[in-house]
Amino acid sequence: MGLAKRIIPCLDVTAGRVVKGVNFVGLRDAGDPVEIARRYDREGADELTFLDITASSDQRDLILHIIEAVAAEVFIPLTVGGGVREVNDVRRLLNAGADKVSINTTAVTNPQVVADAAARFGSQCIVVAIDAKASSDGKWEVYTHGGRRATGLDAVEWAQKMQQMGAGEILLTSMDRDGTKSGFNLPLTRAVSDALTIPVIASGGVGNLQDLADGVIQGHADAVLAASIFHFGEYTVHEAKLHMMQNGIEVRL
Amino acid sequence: MNVDIAVIDYGMGNLRSVSKALEHVAPAASVAVTTDPDVILNAGRVVFPGVGAMGDCMHELRERGLIEVVRQAAASKPFLGICLGMQMLFEHSEEGDVAGLGILPGRVLRFPNVAMHDNAGNRLKVPHMGWNEVHQAVPHPMWGGIVDGARFYFVHSYYVEAGNPDMVSAFTLYPFPFTSAVASNNIFAVQFHPEKSQAAGLTLLGNFVTWDGNISANQCDTFNTHCSL
Repeated sequence: MGLAKRIIPCLDVTAGRVVKGVNFVGLRDAGDPVEIARRYDREGADELTFLDITASSDQRDLILHIIEAVAAEVFIPLTVGGGVREVNDVRRLLNAGADKVSINTTAVTNPQVVADAAARFGSQCIVVAIDAKASSDGKWEVYTHGGRRATGLDAVEWAQKMQQMGAGEILLTSMDRDGTKSGFNLPLTRAVSDALTIPVIASGGVGNLQDLADGVIQGHADAVLAASIFHFGEYTVHEAKLHMMQNGIEVRL
Repeated sequence: MNVDIAVIDYGMGNLRSVSKALEHVAPAASVAVTTDPDVILNAGRVVFPGVGAMGDCMHELRERGLIEVVRQAAASKPFLGICLGMQMLFEHSEEGDVAGLGILPGRVLRFPNVAMHDNAGNRLKVPHMGWNEVHQAVPHPMWGGIVDGARFYFVHSYYVEAGNPDMVSAFTLYPFPFTSAVASNNIFAVQFHPEKSQAAGLTLLGNFVTWDGNISANQCDTFNTHCSL
């Protein structure tokens, strides 16, 4: 027995509420973030990820208060992403109680932020989030700005570059699958995970518990992230873990 | 100012997580996150946390004039090292080829660069990140109420190779057994993050808050059924 594969519920937060969309649009309210975080902690979530999808900077500071409130009573690792533009943003999130900070668009526009943040705070707290979409040549292209802007970067090569620059972990989201409930993009997940020495979190597309197990077994993911299946009460985190265990995957129960 | 628990602040890592978890398990205790040598040396007990690179941490300790303070605290009162706060107690680290505090014999090594696999053939990534089993090697008051093999949260690329096997208090497999906790007199130090390890972690921190710094058989009996064997 050794390291357990992690299940990470993801909370997309805007204006102080948890929401969930399909293919990055069409938001549906899922509730109060602190209350939801508490529930997932009780159910045995291994970590929690908060993505601040707020467009307006007026509301951006809300996420700091939410993280502070969660960190005061939930004692598992918390990752926060969304709108991280400079090293000082990383510091503010860590001070609010985040354990890891996820960097997405800024990693592309200014990769030095990843290197500087990793050097200052340690690779263990720098997650690079990659939103990838299938391109016509059988590869995957990196998108930024919440999936709206193509970069021309190859997802596998980009992930390798981020590892080299000091990322401690990759959060890999398939834009084609996100919110569709049709399962992870397994070839994408496997290609990225096998190309790296750092852990990869699979994200985007979970519709049922077998999808989670497939992400680990076929996608070679070190952790699996899901939102809707947990938010709307279809499954508990505990049920997800039991299912993964029945598939021979080591989990923390 | 006299505090019950001083968390040594040398500018590295998320100290709020540690202090919040301590406040949670000991609401009546005064907890200070501090750089003040007087506060640290007058505290009832001391927590030495740390994340980041060992060279940077040693540098920050030195800059703040805290090296001798850590040494004195580690020699005199219940002392809990966490993650890099464990690694720095040893003599030398491969990370940047730097000297540690040398309070305990041993060195800090990196997980191998060659791809590691578990028994099932799964590839093992570095950093070792997530929840792994902590196997208790010897009874200790700090293990009170924690089942042998309980999972704790780890995130690290380097591990301690203790110079004296008697001080290994727990080990973890990744894929080979490495030292995940050490105990030496009033020092207890862990590679994992109790402040992020949910119920098991909070139990361990709760044990620290009441630990008198001894590893006596009597106290052991009250805390841990292993001692009666």
